[in-house]
Amino acid sequence: MDFTLRIVMTGAALLGLISGSLGTLAVLRRQGLIGDTVAHAALPGIVLAFLLSGSKASVVLQLGAAISGTLAMLWVQSVVRTTRIRFDAALGMALAVFFGLGVVLLSAAQHTAGAAQAGLDRFLFGQAATLLREDLLTMAVTGALALGLVLVFWKEVKLVLFDEAYAAALGLPVRWLQTLLIILLVVAIVIGLQTVGVVLMIAVIIAPAAAARQWSSRYGRVLLLAGLFGLLSGALGAWISNLAPRLPTGPIIVLLLTVLVLLSVLVAPARGLLWQRYRRRRARATAQQAVVAVLQELAHHHPEDYPHPTATIQAALGANVPVEAILRDLERRGKVQHKPGQGWHLTNPPHTP
Amino acid sequence: MSPALEILLVAVLTAAACALPGAFLVLRRMSLVSDAISHAVLPGIVIGFLLTENLQHPLLLVLAGASGLLTVYLIELLEKTGRLREDAAIGLVFPALFSVGVLLIAQLADQVHLDTDAVLLGELAFVPFDRLQWQGIDLGPRALWTMAGLLLMNVLLLWLLYKELTLATFDAAAAAVLGFRPILLHYLLMGLVAVTVVAAFHAVGAILVIALMIGPPATALLLARRMPTYLLLSLLIGALSALPGYGMARVLDVSIAGSMATMVGVLFGLVWLLAPETGLLARWRRHRRQQLDFALDLLLLHLLHHEHQPAATVERHQDTLPAHLNWTSERLNIILAEGQRRGWLQRKGPEVHLTPAGRARATQLVETLAPARSP
Amino acid sequence: MSWAIEIEDLTVAYQQQPVLWDVDVVIPSGQMTAIVGPNGAGKSTLLKAVLGIVRPAAGRIRVLGRPFRAQERRVAYVPQRADLDWDFPATVFDVALMGTYGRVGWLRRPGPAEHALARTALERVGMTNLADRPIGQLSGGQQQRVLLARALAQEADIYLLDEPFQGVDAPTEATLLEVLRWLKQQGKTIVVVHHDLSTVAEYFDWVVLLNVQCIACGPVGEAFTPDNLRRTYGGRMVTPVLSTTSA
Repeated sequence: MDFTLRIVMTGAALLGLISGSLGTLAVLRRQGLIGDTVAHAALPGIVLAFLLSGSKASVVLQLGAAISGTLAMLWVQSVVRTTRIRFDAALGMALAVFFGLGVVLLSAAQHTAGAAQAGLDRFLFGQAATLLREDLLTMAVTGALALGLVLVFWKEVKLVLFDEAYAAALGLPVRWLQTLLIILLVVAIVIGLQTVGVVLMIAVIIAPAAAARQWSSRYGRVLLLAGLFGLLSGALGAWISNLAPRLPTGPIIVLLLTVLVLLSVLVAPARGLLWQRYRRRRARATAQQAVVAVLQELAHHHPEDYPHPTATIQAALGANVPVEAILRDLERRGKVQHKPGQGWHLTNPPHTP
Repeated sequence: MSPALEILLVAVLTAAACALPGAFLVLRRMSLVSDAISHAVLPGIVIGFLLTENLQHPLLLVLAGASGLLTVYLIELLEKTGRLREDAAIGLVFPALFSVGVLLIAQLADQVHLDTDAVLLGELAFVPFDRLQWQGIDLGPRALWTMAGLLLMNVLLLWLLYKELTLATFDAAAAAVLGFRPILLHYLLMGLVAVTVVAAFHAVGAILVIALMIGPPATALLLARRMPTYLLLSLLIGALSALPGYGMARVLDVSIAGSMATMVGVLFGLVWLLAPETGLLARWRRHRRQQLDFALDLLLLHLLHHEHQPAATVERHQDTLPAHLNWTSERLNIILAEGQRRGWLQRKGPEVHLTPAGRARATQLVETLAPARSP
Repeated sequence: MSWAIEIEDLTVAYQQQPVLWDVDVVIPSGQMTAIVGPNGAGKSTLLKAVLGIVRPAAGRIRVLGRPFRAQERRVAYVPQRADLDWDFPATVFDVALMGTYGRVGWLRRPGPAEHALARTALERVGMTNLADRPIGQLSGGQQQRVLLARALAQEADIYLLDEPFQGVDAPTEATLLEVLRWLKQQGKTIVVVHHDLSTVAEYFDWVVLLNVQCIACGPVGEAFTPDNLRRTYGGRMVTPVLSTTSA
């Protein structure tokens, strides 16, 4: 495997791991779309950082991105707190206004810095091929720091995510912890911008967490799985995009993640839709067998076509079995017959021994 | 008409056309659907462009509108499984569709000269170059006609459906009972949003169209109290933000669409700060005044409350009051002075007493205290 | 009688809109107290003020004779079931274990002692066999039991419960009541925001009638009178309640 591909794959895997696992912080609070605002709002920060420092180093640009992303979220929060405007409208407005400012700065950079701004375009749609070894190091260190913080404040993070009021009653500094969560999310997003771009970054935040949630009902495992899903899709996406020309990495990763979520929603044990359907069908079959068994038992002591009232069968099976519905179902399939006003009997009663 | 005026006119028309459906999105808490639709129309635009090789072709509107509706439908489908929340469903569907669009563009780059940047960011500056001709007569820029038509359509449709949409926005159940088919209205509005996004994208780009849809209505919401005012203000503010936006772009020689979005934000910021009643400054001033009123009422009530209790002399002693109400003595003194000025309190030695006027005020307060009654 | 909670001249306002006005309330320790009043009367706000979750505009609150912040761990809180997101990925045991987070403190993980506390608490509310079940699969009554278990695991002296009997099945109501009575026997103080007037006299020793102001506060026999109820609920009396209270 050639050197560039190895770098790109490692970078994409790292980003998937970090952004995917930290994405749970937003998705489990039903606020995944914060990620879209932060990602878009990073643009003016990136351009401004470049204009002010003259440097194209990822660390500098990412710092700018983090600052303007955080500013956008602070703006959203204070608008929601002080006006009638709802969270969704505030998010949408911050996203577009900050992005617009970014576009303005980008076009200004074109004049002042000439061709040098070309490197900034990569943050729009992402260009995994521009990843350097130093970038991997930055990602690894920032990611380790962010995940380390989650680990250190594990209990507190979990409590604030699940039950803010209780956390406050225990005396935890809830405001402070929420700010920590926002900063961690900003880190998760900023890390991926160079590879995936501001437009598609939201998917890397939301999809791994959404997929992982289907497979487990423990927060720890959901976080680990989300990281794993992100890692695999990142590495695989980078590899696929290398197979043929003109397969941009970002969209490939996003489509892989989408497939992963759809698969998870369908087949994950316990929560999967197909599993659920299978279980429901099996439960119905078991219930039908039970009803037939009762009728067979009754048939031993009565004439073959003696009708047994629903209440008799119900009494034998307990109140929470939907006997009436099951009998109608069996009737449709020709297993039992109904004598109106009297009751039910089997169509093929067992022979009395 | 000079090219500059043409551009400005298109900008104003676009902003006004976007503000109308946006106003309903903001009220229906669906602002981010505009985000989703504006991204997700990309594959529709690409396929349409592939077929017609013309970004202005009406087929593009149809196809992109269809992919917009598909987006809304897919989001609802995912949500209905009960396995994904609304935010996750939105954040999953539109990046996927956008990715399909980007991949299509990348793969077909030889046949299609469609610049993703142009789709995303728009280019108003090119508006004067694409002109509509009729029998050799120049009718002006094509975009001017498209945007005017769009604005007309939005105004007309929303005017016709004003009553139904307003009702369905505030009380979907009542609308359904009255036979207004909220689902149909919902999809109609979504279709309108999709068509508007597509028509506006080549002027301002797929992302900045969000600024024009959400920003002006959000600003109007700070000022308006009634539905008609709200809609009118959204329209006006949208149109208005185009002017300084274009001006800034001209002066600084930067992206027009970006400047317009920035100005939407600036305009919102100004209103947020300075609005006569809801603005931050007005709120802050009122807050200061109310705090004094509130504290004074609290003191009156406290004195009334304990007037006939055995501990009354303690409760109204100026040395115990700060501790009981958790106030500093300085704060108490300010409030006492204000109470005396208004003739509600009087001091008898170290004790604070209600005057007859103060007692009347406190008694009236107690009566108005009746809380929200439970049904 | 010693007081577990003393509230003096408490006023709480949301954006200058008073929710509680100059409220004086005392709650005796070692007893079961009901806080009763119509919707919007400030019942939940009173609990949240005691817990320091909302900041009062004026007034003093003392818990066990000291400010709350000094002894947050001695007060356990059971929030309203509907305020939580039950789709959060956690098991019944995870939630019960959260009750021990206060005593564990920063940076440390719950150890065997804490696990034992959580298990005992779940046993007390009859949820041992459901310990590993995801909370998303619980019925309303089971959800309420888990929240109570979490409070029990905290081993507090005062228990503040916000509408615990709201919308739970009869067996759960019985279990909850049994646990609360057991807590009382242990000398703990229990404060319940309650909406079912017909059970006040049967369940509780002390009652606080609240309607933005404190209408009455005292032993059920003295304070829970038709006259006070009328003043609390604004003239529309619930007639059946009168017979139960006079009994």
